[in-house]
Parts: sequence; structure tokens; C-alpha cells
Amino acid sequence: MSRPRPKYLNLLQIRLPVPGLVSILHRVSGAVLFLFIPFLLVLFELTLESPAGFQRFKSVLSHWAVKLLVIGLVWAYLHHLLAGIRHMMLDLDYGTELPAARAASMAVLATGIVLAVLFGVMLW
Amino acid sequence: MVKREVVGAHYGLRDWLAQRITAVIMVVYSAVILSVIAALPRMDYWQWKVLWQTPVVRYATVILLASLLFHAWVGVRNIYMDYIKDPALRLALYVLTIGALLYYAVWSIKILWSA
Repeated sequence: MSRPRPKYLNLLQIRLPVPGLVSILHRVSGAVLFLFIPFLLVLFELTLESPAGFQRFKSVLSHWAVKLLVIGLVWAYLHHLLAGIRHMMLDLDYGTELPAARAASMAVLATGIVLAVLFGVMLW
Repeated sequence: MVKREVVGAHYGLRDWLAQRITAVIMVVYSAVILSVIAALPRMDYWQWKVLWQTPVVRYATVILLASLLFHAWVGVRNIYMDYIKDPALRLALYVLTIGALLYYAVWSIKILWSA
């Protein structure tokens, strides 16, 4: 019996398992970090330009919208880092069984969010 | 026994490994630079400037930048290969991305050396 190939899956109807969610967020966070390199370079340049630039950096960062953006980028960085460590553990054959894979993915997801929230509290 | 023709550009394993080596470099750099910043006696412009003028910080940051930009290239190229089917568009995105990454390299070196 032949089944129609390739199968097209409706991404909006799939309930993604946690490792899948961590995986796609690894990709999304990486893309976001790439897109925001110029933003970060502009800020870095400002801090080193002059004492006035340093002050301007501080006042830019005191805006709530910039704070939210920075918290978002910190989350992207943390999630990308933690999911990357998970990737390398999988490369080394750790946590490839389903329960361990689920637990590790949950840990990656939760740790990234918790640390980003803590950073947000410190920033605010 | 099936004799298989191996095809492709053969950069898969190299990039897989480079992605991991550059990742480890970035994690180590992040941990060290965050500790150094946290240990600064004061957080003002002059302290900040002296930090980035220190030769070891400069050269470590150059290594970080090289790792970061190569890591970004491998990652972004993988995304393009998965979603962009049109060869002309994909090529255009490759060229644009390489151009942007090279620009960031020059820009960040300029920031560091004018600090």
C-alpha cells in the first residue's frame, strides 16, 4: 500500500513537544541575536565614544521600551546558550532517552526564562 | 554492497565542529568578561574605557568577534538552506549576510581600537 509522499504537515495544528519547542526557539533566538548585532554595536560604540556618550547610553537604557528590548535580547542569548549546551550533551549521547530529553528541555526553557526575569528585575 | 557516490560540498562536518568550538569560545569569553566587569571598582566612563583599552581584553574580544561572526554565518546559512527555495534569492541573501558580517567585523574593530 502506498501512502502519499511527501507528507505536508499543518504547522499551526501540531502540538509541539517540549524538546521541539526548545529546538525551534534555539533557531528563533539565534536569528534574533543575528538581526540585533547592529543595535548592540551602536550601543557599545556609544559607551566608549566620550563621557557624554556614556551618559547618553545610560539615558537611552532608562527608557522602558529599550529595557524591554534588552530583556528580550538577554533571554534570546540565555536560551540560545542553554539550548546549545543541551545540543552538545546530546552530541555526547547524554539525555537521549525520552524522559531525560523532556526533563532537560524543560530545564533549558525554564532556566532561560527565570534568569531573564531576574535580569529584568535587576535592570528595572 | 551498494557503492554510494558521495556528493555535496563537504563542509558539513567542518561547520558542525566549528559551530561547537566557536560556541565554547563565546561561553568562556562571556563568563570571564562578565566577572571582570562585575569586579570593576567603579562603573564610570574612565573605568570602562581602560577596560577596553587593555591589550588582553582587546585581543580576546577580537577572538570573540571572529567566533561570533563565523557562528552567525553557519547558523544563518542553515536557516536560509531550510526555508529559501529560490536559488537566486538564496544567493542574494548569502551575499548580503556575508557583506553585513564583514561590515560588523570592521566596525567592531574600529570601536575597540578607538576606545
